[in-house]
Amino acid sequence: MNLVRFIDFLRDRLGLVIKVSIGLLALLVVADIARVLLSHGHAAAATEHAAPAAHAAEAAHGFWAQLYHIAETIPVFWSVFGFIACAIIVYVSKWYGHLKVGRTEIMAREDFYNE
Amino acid sequence: MSDLWIHPSLIFLIGAVLLPLVPQAARKGWLLLIPILAFARIVTMNSGTFGEIHFTKEIALTFGRVDPLSQVFGYIMGLMAIIGTLYGLHVKRAAEHIAAWTYVAGSIGALYAGDFITLFLFWEVMAIASTFLIWFRKSSRSGAAGYRYLLVHMAGGVALLAGIMLTYRATGSLAFNALDVLSPTAGTWLITIGFLLNAAVPPLHAWLPDAYGEATFNGSVFMCAFTTKTAVYALLRGVPGFDILIPLGVIMALYGVVYAVLENDSRRLLAYHVISQVGYMVAGVGLAKLDTDFGRLAFNGVCAHAFAHILYKGLLFMGCGTVLHQTGESKFTELGGLYKKMPLTFILTLIGGLSISAFPLFSGFVSKSMIVQAGFDSHMLWVGFLLMLASAGTFLHTGLKVPYYIFFGKNNCKPATWEKAKDPVWNMTLAMGIAAFLCIFIGSYTPYLYDKLPQTLAHPYQPYNTNHVMETLQILLFTALGFFLMLKKLTPEAKISLDLDILWRKGGPAFLWLAKKPIQAVDTFVGEIYNAGGLIPLMRTSRLVGVFDSAVIDGIVDGFATGVRNFGARLRGAQRGALQQNLTAAFGLSALLLLAYLFIF
Repeated sequence: MNLVRFIDFLRDRLGLVIKVSIGLLALLVVADIARVLLSHGHAAAATEHAAPAAHAAEAAHGFWAQLYHIAETIPVFWSVFGFIACAIIVYVSKWYGHLKVGRTEIMAREDFYNE
Repeated sequence: MSDLWIHPSLIFLIGAVLLPLVPQAARKGWLLLIPILAFARIVTMNSGTFGEIHFTKEIALTFGRVDPLSQVFGYIMGLMAIIGTLYGLHVKRAAEHIAAWTYVAGSIGALYAGDFITLFLFWEVMAIASTFLIWFRKSSRSGAAGYRYLLVHMAGGVALLAGIMLTYRATGSLAFNALDVLSPTAGTWLITIGFLLNAAVPPLHAWLPDAYGEATFNGSVFMCAFTTKTAVYALLRGVPGFDILIPLGVIMALYGVVYAVLENDSRRLLAYHVISQVGYMVAGVGLAKLDTDFGRLAFNGVCAHAFAHILYKGLLFMGCGTVLHQTGESKFTELGGLYKKMPLTFILTLIGGLSISAFPLFSGFVSKSMIVQAGFDSHMLWVGFLLMLASAGTFLHTGLKVPYYIFFGKNNCKPATWEKAKDPVWNMTLAMGIAAFLCIFIGSYTPYLYDKLPQTLAHPYQPYNTNHVMETLQILLFTALGFFLMLKKLTPEAKISLDLDILWRKGGPAFLWLAKKPIQAVDTFVGEIYNAGGLIPLMRTSRLVGVFDSAVIDGIVDGFATGVRNFGARLRGAQRGALQQNLTAAFGLSALLLLAYLFIF
């Protein structure tokens, strides 16, 4: 099967695949910096598009409004957001899974319900 | 009523009842013909109101309200019925197809229902027919899960019916239109609760992973498409703009993600992601205030996301169902490394994963973002951000965890599992292929989906702009980075995660304990007074209490327990026999007779 051979081909060169992936992430970061800088350069053109954003930024008090303001103005915000979101989800879920419920944890033995 | 208006559900029901009579050689042709006919019927229906029947002097039933909202849901459900039937084409037992088609008929009937009574009728058809899709797995676990599923849905049905009655008493109308959500009455609340239970909104959600993890390999494919999405339709029709739905939807979206981290069974993980994805839709219904721009965007977003969701979730359940069908395993701790044996299944499942994760060019990208955008536009920024957080979780699990731990990762397969694993028969592959194609088609060619959406927007929504593509790619790719860095922490464990179904699965013993302790306490107390006081009136009273205790309370408790035990034993006995198959046939037939009666007279 060609597909299997292709996957094996990539797996045999795992180091290279990882390097290329990291390269792509770096490229994405650079592209995003360019995007935000350019959109600030064309602020006049962007005003129309960002009308709700501007509205929100005016009333930029409160956590979410400030976060929104940061998201609109700081490059690479969504990269950081994605990475932190991933970490939060994993750690919060694991913490939750080990909470005690009576004599067991949320993550219980498979025969918990005796079926 | 017009004489020639044929209800699409009727096609499914006739097809289901006649199926056992179709000779084995023509069976597969029949199985393909009926859903295709029904789909053709759905797409050729004109807008309008059809199939009106005067049930009594005051009550008129409307079976066919055809408008853009019911049509967009009808279209995708008809399409999914074709794909789902194709996927299970090789299943020999007619009863399984009959149950699936009756279930689809219930769902489509609910979509076109113009009044609450008709809605309720089809609502119950769905609940009962889908229970058989769990029972047909024929294991003791699925037997129990099926009963739990049925009981929960009956409770939801009662709430819905009570709400309908109250609304009728208050307004004198049974028409199924938008209710007043600004000052909701008790009736509105009860109807909403009935809908929310079917949409699996916490705390009314625990039936879903319980049932979808235990159903047959193709039963889950049907179930993941119809019940929750019919409920989303009902919410959108009945209570658009109901504020409470916004926080409930956001909680749902995150709740499903948390449980997906803990889950070891691939199909239960997907079930928790159904909850998460339906969370977007429920929040969208809450945002759908139709006098605002963002409300109309949210309304369209809910339709679009339900449309896309039915296809990619169907595809994912087909992928994991294939692994289960071929190997008999669905747990990550019993699988791994299967890309060598099932490369096609891997690629198709991956396409489902990328679609649900909303990668550009895949369907989720053009649908989910409408709801998130409506959240930001409504200035409820927390809605937008928390839904973005949930989408990172979606990719983490469905896009990465499912493919990685089934098809790569550590090979946990037993030799027998490894031996059995191979790509499936042609019809399963074709069904997955069609769904995968549509996932990419919807994501790449937006007019296909957007032209079907009911609301006209002041500014047509454009998902493909630089900002949106860049934001999405950053979130997804950096989530992927996080996944590979935290791979150790994410390794599935052979455990089950307790959810609120513990209330009714462990509730029996707890209830007995509660009933026993207070009664014993009273008994002891009375005994002590008797010993210490010895006064005649007190003795009389205590004797009376004693009589009441032993005769009435013990009687009720014992009688109740014996009754339950006997009933259970009888059902257990019958269950081993052909009860379920007989019930399916009887049920399908009676639904058909009812419809025939209504249409002829």
